[in-house]
Amino acid sequence: MDVLSVRNVYEDAERAINKKAAIGADITIENFTDEAVNAIDLLDDLDDVGKKTKDTLLKVGVDTEEKNRSGSFLQVDQSNVFTNNSISDSVEVMGMSVALDKYKWLEDYLWKVVKPDADKYTAKTALREKETGETSGYFVRSLPGTKEVMPVQACMFIGDEAVMQTAHNVIIAEENSELHLITGCATGDDVVSAMHVGVSEMYLKPGSKITFTMVHNWAEQVEVRPRTGVKLMDDTTYINNYILTSPVSTIQSYPTAYCDGKNSRAIFQSIQGGKKDSIIDVGSRVLLNAPNARGEVISRAVSQDESKIYSRGHLSGTVPGVKGHLECHGLVLSDDSMIYAVPELEASSANLEMSHEAAVGKISEEEINYLTSRGINEEDAESMIVRGFLNMDITGLPDELAQQTQMMIDMSVDGM
Amino acid sequence: MLLEIENLAVEVGGKRVLKDINLSIAEGETHVLLGPNGAGKSTLFLTILGFPQYNVVNGTIKFKGQDITDLTTAERVQLGIGVSFQSPPSIRGVSVRDLLKIESHQDIDEELNPRMKQLADQLKFSDEFLDRDVNFGFSGGEVKRSEILQLLAQMPDFTMFDEPDSGVDIENVELLASEIGTLLDKDKPQGSRIRSGLLITHLGYILNFVSADKAHVLMDGKISCSGNPTEILEDIRKNGFNGCVECAQCL
Repeated sequence: MDVLSVRNVYEDAERAINKKAAIGADITIENFTDEAVNAIDLLDDLDDVGKKTKDTLLKVGVDTEEKNRSGSFLQVDQSNVFTNNSISDSVEVMGMSVALDKYKWLEDYLWKVVKPDADKYTAKTALREKETGETSGYFVRSLPGTKEVMPVQACMFIGDEAVMQTAHNVIIAEENSELHLITGCATGDDVVSAMHVGVSEMYLKPGSKITFTMVHNWAEQVEVRPRTGVKLMDDTTYINNYILTSPVSTIQSYPTAYCDGKNSRAIFQSIQGGKKDSIIDVGSRVLLNAPNARGEVISRAVSQDESKIYSRGHLSGTVPGVKGHLECHGLVLSDDSMIYAVPELEASSANLEMSHEAAVGKISEEEINYLTSRGINEEDAESMIVRGFLNMDITGLPDELAQQTQMMIDMSVDGM
Repeated sequence: MLLEIENLAVEVGGKRVLKDINLSIAEGETHVLLGPNGAGKSTLFLTILGFPQYNVVNGTIKFKGQDITDLTTAERVQLGIGVSFQSPPSIRGVSVRDLLKIESHQDIDEELNPRMKQLADQLKFSDEFLDRDVNFGFSGGEVKRSEILQLLAQMPDFTMFDEPDSGVDIENVELLASEIGTLLDKDKPQGSRIRSGLLITHLGYILNFVSADKAHVLMDGKISCSGNPTEILEDIRKNGFNGCVECAQCL
């Protein structure tokens, strides 16, 4: 980035520092501390984290033994405490500060698919970069023509009370490469409340594929505001899987894929389990801007206790010959909980195909009866139905990763 | 008696559907329940099964000498009652394989036992088919075969079949009939049969392949006639259920 555009980023951010997000509860950022609370030592080995932390990480798909992984990254609060870049020759994994030192060109990828003035959370992230001169978050890149089937694992971990964690991640799949990521977000045992803002910008160069599987497991009073933009060039595939089944205070995210290249394809699959008084507002947006682009948004939501789930999806077709499908199913399990499905289709060109399917309701009595008539008691029947409902087939992952992801889903869904 | 129903009256949604049902089925017997649409055949089935929507306002149901009127469905099934539904619901994310394991008292993490695998094969299900979500996108015939396969996993002492042959082609009716025969101990001499059953059939076509000991005609919430299945079916074929109305009035 030249000097001028750097200045523009910060100017834009400054103007937006009080700008409320378009949707979701407005969070008072000042309630959280952006001072580095404790200096955290670098880890020599990811396996050196404590037993409790290990278990927490495993729940969000991060294996501290790094089995079947092509790289690892761990950020605790604001510090990058562990990076393993040496497992695979095909994939680079670095902290953003290190990567920005190494690659001058990386600046050209900052604040391009997520705007610094989108809202006060992106603005805060940008201004923090300016103030500290440090960019937290990770950089992951697959080299041209490579196909690493093992995933890179990246984790954002909040270890201290009332921390405001920001991260700015950049993921690049170079031409004709394939890249898989598992990202987990979690909080330490003694953390009650905190805030997390993760800005993620992804770029798929022609002929590439990225799968991005994210598991969230926050403490009950954590405010979560991920901001994700994905740019797809010609002949690319992006698959996003999102799993949240543990309580949280509020989460609001609306990752957006820009299918700007011909034959590009974006698929978002999400599993949302609302518990306690969580407010979950998760959507996926695909802009179909090039010939033969495809978009799919599939979500399953289950609300329990007093939770509220806003399940959004937005497909927008701007050129002829694109196709999109949106599927949003919700189960409301308690009288005090709520699911609000908001499927949106927008067509601004003739000759395109977009459809949606949304169904929200209580658990079917007929299904419970069917299972009890096989000797399964009512309670078990209900939980089988809920687990079955949430347990969607995740498509597009390599076998090994598909199995692991299935295990992660099973683990999350078992807790429901 | 294996099953004894006395003076049973049932309401569904506040409306009295069954009025005064008396029915006994002994060990080793197969009975047939006939009757026009809306007579209450399915209601009787689902009341015996104990679905919560079926409110017993009078009478008792005894199974193996035990009063089961107030037991839950799962409890009744665990005592040895089984059912095949005419049009069961599909359940997302619950596979046929998982159900078969539960029904044959296997652990969910175990591999499906060889007996069930062989039975699945006999009922023309491939191994991959067993991983499909139950009834999801199944053809009419697949639904019926899957219902029978699940019953074979359970091997109930008393099995109710709701229209097991509707929507099934002739070739598969024989296949189904043979497995229904297994569930009703038809492969054993009459005197040594233990398992019993109750079949709902509209057309009686299945009775060409599965022999029954007794038939009952259910009309307007009451059993209007009981007797030899062949003779009763013959009468219905000749005179329709109207004939039964007249006959009942004679009584």
